[in-house]
Amino acid sequence: MAKRESSAKDLGTGNNQAVALTRSEDQSELLRELVAHLRQNRNQLREEWVGRISETRLLTAMTKEEIFAEATSVYDSYVEALETETFEALQAYARNLSERIIPRGVETHEVVGIVLLLRDVLARSLFAKYQTDFKKLNRILDAYEPAANRIANTVAVGFVQERERVIRQQQEAIRELSTPVLQVRERLLILPIIGVIDPQRARQLTEQLLRGIRTNRAKVVVIDITGVAAMDVTVANHLVQTVEASRLLGATVIVTGLSPEIAQTLVTIGVDLGKMNTVGDLQGGIEQAERLLGYKVVTLAEPR
Amino acid sequence: MEVPILKQGDVLIATFQAALSDADLNHLRRGLVQEVVKYRSRGVIVDVTAMDVMDSFASRTLREIAHMIRLRGADTVIVGIQPEVAFAMVQLGLTLEGVSTALDLEEGLAYLIQKFKSVD
Repeated sequence: MAKRESSAKDLGTGNNQAVALTRSEDQSELLRELVAHLRQNRNQLREEWVGRISETRLLTAMTKEEIFAEATSVYDSYVEALETETFEALQAYARNLSERIIPRGVETHEVVGIVLLLRDVLARSLFAKYQTDFKKLNRILDAYEPAANRIANTVAVGFVQERERVIRQQQEAIRELSTPVLQVRERLLILPIIGVIDPQRARQLTEQLLRGIRTNRAKVVVIDITGVAAMDVTVANHLVQTVEASRLLGATVIVTGLSPEIAQTLVTIGVDLGKMNTVGDLQGGIEQAERLLGYKVVTLAEPR
Repeated sequence: MEVPILKQGDVLIATFQAALSDADLNHLRRGLVQEVVKYRSRGVIVDVTAMDVMDSFASRTLREIAHMIRLRGADTVIVGIQPEVAFAMVQLGLTLEGVSTALDLEEGLAYLIQKFKSVD
């Protein structure tokens, strides 16, 4: 009983293997035929593809010649990927292409769009070629579709990854833009804040400012947030805390350049306005600071 | 550990040498409030440079000292709060409202002298 079962099993697996083998052989045979067809009709198909691209208004950021040049390379790597069934070269090319076209404002949907267009153009040509032999057409599509889908996938993922890499790089750059604490007069510091403030950056800013107050023996600090479009409640609270901590070190803080959105946030969290010294713009803030420090600016002569 | 109270002209100066227990703080409060009238001082400086932790009791006592001295007819300045301590205090909501603060002893003295002048 046991023996029979095991032999039946052996037979089964052997059969399956044989089927898989013939099938993959059959498929690579079909793919070879497909690649030969695509090579043969390279010019015609490529032109049709480029035509479809401009018809659907994709890649408007690029010139016709550029599209044609890129299309040629994409077409060739596409056919090569179909032939060799390895996607590394295509992946590398997609990454390289993305690197070139992302700065020019090419969108994800355009890249996915052109690859899908190429897939459609090639599929159409297969329909036309094998229209008399429906069975063959089916088998050739069986071989073509998974490979084509994988190619489209590879290119799209490559593009998105490249984009994400650029975004990460930019975020890093923003975070690294250190915010200087500058002394403009004896005992007067300014802290111009530009860009997005996340809690991490806010903490770093506070540390820098409090240390700056001590080393420069500042009495007045002007924090200019003209370059900050909006801040969330956490960061706004942090700003208020920074103002109070500075007071504990004996320094008065003047906040300038509050945008309407930030003003709204501060009112919403219910800031005690008696503690917050605010002036409309940086110039006004510096003038106010000078008054607090007892400076008076006098024009000695008319500017030449 | 008791806090020495020094007299310097019109000003009393109390300098914390280390972290203080609650009893020491109470002792300091009593001493300062008594001596400010005894010496007819016009200002008090409490120097907390040596404190690397400021808990709610210390912060409340400082505030009480400042307000009691105000009622006894003199001004108080807290000086020498460390940057890290300042931010920790604010996060705990200990903002020493209504109490003057200055960077260090020198600044505190300058502040009081300025204030005396404006009154005279």
